[in-house]
Amino acid sequence: MEFIYYFGDVFTPINFSLLLLGTIGGLILGATPGLSPTMAVALLIPFTFQLEAAQGLILLGAAYTSTVAGGAVSAILLKIPGAPANIATTLDGHAMALKGEGAKALQLSFLSSAVGGVFGVLLLIFLTPVLAKWALAFGPSHLFWLAILGVTVIGSLDSNSVVKGLLSGCIGLWLATIGFDDIMGAQRFIFHPSLGGGINIIAALIGLFAIPQVITMFAKGRKNDGSEAIKVQKYPIKSAIAEMMRNKRALGIGTLTGSIIGLIPGVGGQIAGLVAYDQSKKFSSDRDKFGTGHPEGLIAAESANNAMVGPSLVPLLTLSIPGSPTAAVLLGGLLIHGIFPGTDLFDNHPDVAWTFINSMLIGQILMCIFGLYVAGMAARVAQVPQSMMAAIVLGLAVFGSYSVQSSMGDVYVMATLGVMMYFLERFGFSAAPLVLGLILGPIAESNFIQGSMIATATDGLAPYFFGGPLNIFLIAIVVVSIFYSAYMELRSRRYTSKEEIMA
Amino acid sequence: MKTLLAGAAIALMGLTQTASADGHANYPERPIMMMVSYGAGGATDFQARIVTMTAGNEDALGMPVAIINKPGAGGRVGWNWLAGQADADGYTLGAYNVPHFIAQSIKGGVEYSTASFEPIANWGADPAVLVVGADSAFNTLQDVVDFAKANPGKLTTSGAGLFVGHHIAALQMEKAGDMKMAYIPTKGGGAAAMKAVIAGDVMAGINNLSDAFRAASAGNVKILAVADLERNEFLPNVPTMMESGLAVDNASVNFRGVMVPKGTPQGIIDKLAATVPMMFENKRVAGKMKAGGSPMHIMNRDEVLAMWAAREGTLKELLAGL
Repeated sequence: MEFIYYFGDVFTPINFSLLLLGTIGGLILGATPGLSPTMAVALLIPFTFQLEAAQGLILLGAAYTSTVAGGAVSAILLKIPGAPANIATTLDGHAMALKGEGAKALQLSFLSSAVGGVFGVLLLIFLTPVLAKWALAFGPSHLFWLAILGVTVIGSLDSNSVVKGLLSGCIGLWLATIGFDDIMGAQRFIFHPSLGGGINIIAALIGLFAIPQVITMFAKGRKNDGSEAIKVQKYPIKSAIAEMMRNKRALGIGTLTGSIIGLIPGVGGQIAGLVAYDQSKKFSSDRDKFGTGHPEGLIAAESANNAMVGPSLVPLLTLSIPGSPTAAVLLGGLLIHGIFPGTDLFDNHPDVAWTFINSMLIGQILMCIFGLYVAGMAARVAQVPQSMMAAIVLGLAVFGSYSVQSSMGDVYVMATLGVMMYFLERFGFSAAPLVLGLILGPIAESNFIQGSMIATATDGLAPYFFGGPLNIFLIAIVVVSIFYSAYMELRSRRYTSKEEIMA
Repeated sequence: MKTLLAGAAIALMGLTQTASADGHANYPERPIMMMVSYGAGGATDFQARIVTMTAGNEDALGMPVAIINKPGAGGRVGWNWLAGQADADGYTLGAYNVPHFIAQSIKGGVEYSTASFEPIANWGADPAVLVVGADSAFNTLQDVVDFAKANPGKLTTSGAGLFVGHHIAALQMEKAGDMKMAYIPTKGGGAAAMKAVIAGDVMAGINNLSDAFRAASAGNVKILAVADLERNEFLPNVPTMMESGLAVDNASVNFRGVMVPKGTPQGIIDKLAATVPMMFENKRVAGKMKAGGSPMHIMNRDEVLAMWAAREGTLKELLAGL
């Protein structure tokens, strides 16, 4: 209960105004395509040099919390996920916006983000020592099986046909092999210096989601004067809360999946939303409605990606190991003040540690309040004519992909993948499985190679990858997931007509 | 319009001429950019930001230094850019990591070598250390060596990748002890390699002293030896590998410093080489570096040139068999 003692510190005038600044700034940065939470936090680090340790961390923590949630804005209104965490949000969120329910989608996403986020931070407050052990339990073999579990989702994600889903997943897996391989020291498919570092996930994300949109908008803008903007119906917040409470199952699945997966170093943040989306789809009675603007999918995805924020800091705060790129940046913010995460942090600087954690708790609620206000204004964004919108989005796409690593190469990658995706979309492929392949490929590959190196040096491949309760548990879920998908596919088999294939 | 452009071009040429005519006495006239070839939040980025934070002071460069990150492929992307695409006008600096970039240039596939850059000054030296989990049965370097000799290729040892300081240290240990270890490179850099040690995925690990120092003070690992010529001020009780009987020198120490692309005017190089080491000696910089657990080691341009040449020789010999 130590944390309650430090609540007062969050509400001193300076701390609270920093919290507000971080939250509002974070929402704006998060809503800008290409500015991922990691980048937003990195941008703020130099400002914290001048602040006291606790104040600097309040700013960073608030920015982290609200950029994750802010990413939903562009995901819903423009179908451009701000970060990998928001990919699943686009699936139903943008479909809702197209139906005129943009305001409702935004309100639901901020409300469920707040619920997931508060739960995640509470886990961080009460269960940190237990969670630290759990985070360490995942070795290379377990991470490999986890990635394979992700691969089983690919086929059924946002696609009319399982085959097309798998095919675009394969394209993603191939794209992931490009670049220098740090483990074997090999160079693969590098035909141009821009590809030396591999395909950057943020640049790919922007290209795959935004560019097809831009091309479509330009094409439409030529045909008519662009008055055909998306209509946004006003939606009372009370009904949004009621709607969220009706979908308790999706909220619960999202929050739990997000918290558990967010904990695993090196994997969590990117796939939490997608796994939660898939799980709630499998457990839902209306699984056919997923992808057509169904609130359940949106709630699961958004509650998961904010629930991951708290637990993702557990390895950093207890073991001093940054489990995600954002955590690595936060580590820099701590070290600059001479504070070492780990026992030192909680024993010698409890004021810093608990003020930071408390401010994330308050930050979740502030984020929700400001987010709901933003949702009210969404109507105006959606009234911008398409031809203008296309130009704005294109500008943001170039800016976003350049700024990730200050590299023009990433802009070329973004543009190339985007044009490719435009044509793929016309043949019924979709971007989400492709991106999932791109994310999972390196996780599966590097952990398999590492695991096999360890295994051959110790007790052999089979006992290493198939032994131990956690391995067997994960393999069981993989098998169940495959059989379930196959069963559902066979049961609801529709013979795809020729028109549908060509569409 | 054309005449306007031509006029502007002539004016610009005039400007550059005056700039070089006075021997770059006014350099720098605008903020300077420093490229770091690792991501924001990494150890190199973190230290680069600290050591350049006083650049704007009158007694230093008088202009701020902005850090720009170009991460990818273990630093290759950034250094390729600095060697091939960056302007050699003195306003583009780069951070170097030795032995990384020298080892990479020896293994090939990159567009740079030590001849592509001009060193300015060195700010830090982060030695590689041998760590084992807090509950490991190994308590001294000798225990580890004994195990590796009795079980060739069975000692799983994590490190941050191939051809980085950690890998070099592992190669040197194998050579010095006439033994075979199983070096496991990780993809997520030093943090992932450290996680593997703490979680018990591997039996031992080679990691940065600065990161290992933090993990050891949190009680998660034991540090058995330092791969350097002398003991480190952060770890006065940890012996060097040489003290423990393994002939491993400081070839794996991760030196960090500032360099410029070849072709930068000599006047600017001289000016930077004179001011930058003084900038690193600033008390505020030293205080922040010490607080963050980052060992400093300031060297001037001539010392760095000698260090690069020595490293290149050792690494060529060490990597020849791979």
